Amino acid sequence: MESSQADINREIEAAAQQPGGPQPKLDYPSYRSSILRHPKQPPHLIDPESVELWAPAFGHRDVAVDEADLTIQHAGTPIGERIVVTGRVLDGDGHPVANQLVEVWQANAAGRYRHQRDQHPAPHDPNFTGVGRMLTGPDGTYRFQTIKPGPYPWRNHLNAWRPAHIHFSLFGTDFTQRLVTQMYFPGDPLFPLDPIYQSITDPKARDLLIAQYDHEVTTPEWSTGYRWDVVLTGTHRTPLESDIEETA
Amino acid sequence: MSAVPGQTVGPFFHLGLEYDAMNELVPPGNPKAVRLHGTVRDGNGDPVPDAVLEIWQADPQGAVLRQPGSLRRDGWTFTGWGRAATGADGHYQFFTLEPGATEPGTAPFFAVTVFARGLMDRLFTRAYLPDVPELSSDPLLSAVAEDRRHTLITTREPDGLVFDVRLQGDDETVFLTYPRLRDAWS
Repeated sequence: MESSQADINREIEAAAQQPGGPQPKLDYPSYRSSILRHPKQPPHLIDPESVELWAPAFGHRDVAVDEADLTIQHAGTPIGERIVVTGRVLDGDGHPVANQLVEVWQANAAGRYRHQRDQHPAPHDPNFTGVGRMLTGPDGTYRFQTIKPGPYPWRNHLNAWRPAHIHFSLFGTDFTQRLVTQMYFPGDPLFPLDPIYQSITDPKARDLLIAQYDHEVTTPEWSTGYRWDVVLTGTHRTPLESDIEETA
Repeated sequence: MSAVPGQTVGPFFHLGLEYDAMNELVPPGNPKAVRLHGTVRDGNGDPVPDAVLEIWQADPQGAVLRQPGSLRRDGWTFTGWGRAATGADGHYQFFTLEPGATEPGTAPFFAVTVFARGLMDRLFTRAYLPDVPELSSDPLLSAVAEDRRHTLITTREPDGLVFDVRLQGDDETVFLTYPRLRDAWS
């Protein structure tokens, strides 16, 4: 029988009694699709070697400046609440990750992805694809213009809804810092109900995924704004000057 | 500083992560191109049709090139990085060059990152070239239980280098963590 939200809530509550670390539990059965997709063996600890001490490089050849504006990719203007999202990408020691690739993707304002597997019968927006790319600046700053995504149902259990989020893909200065995650919006009432968000059982770590409204990054008469800083894990190599040089 | 936790890549990653020739580190017609391919399977042995893999590697001379251009391939520059999504049959493929040893006497490998719907966080592993004498002295392979060692080594088949990924179960792939991530794993 399909689980109810009440069933999932009980499972989330039970899992919270056995807190994991600051990362999501890979074995988190209330996200049903994780049951057969998490390794059961512990990861093998090694000192990174060779290419693992370096990250791939991206440059202005890879990313056009206008890819950071998700609201200008079509002839018309997308429907929704226009927002700026900005912040800094830092390594675990607080050094900026400069000139590195950030990829984002998201649902439209109605909670619909432009993806053939998204069967949620909310309207597509012909003026919104929901994909952006950018490079961080010398101080690790990224910034993009978009519209605020809507929450959407996802069939994990009966009447399951994901909190509104933007997917982020990030690189550091070494291979081991690779991160794909999701940024959420403050005060979302769906947080306690969402197994993906709750798979991080440390509340302080979960909070790190929530952007903050920041009036300083709004544009008068144009858009509101959110700030979200991304701290990656630490590097295994002392950053070199060349890491922060323009490689394009 | 506290690292931001990971979250699953989800079911719709193709939207944000796919681009033209992302799995072609060299054009497939390049006479030196090698096909690195395999199938991603879950704990039941079923193919995972919504996984995405990334590889990061040295060039055939063992140089770690930090060249831009992975997102807009020019058909000439070797960047050493690529991305491939699995198809409906769980199969992925890259066209690339075989990596060389970055230090004399070491075994060359592809550094591999695995993401999937249902996988809460990314996984790291290595795919070593087969038939290399240095495999027998490799520190990682020597430290891994003998019956799991093969999950880290590609096999050379007529249709390319094969590297299957098993997320769970019999023949589960050896996944890796590193000192500065150790405390971040659950």
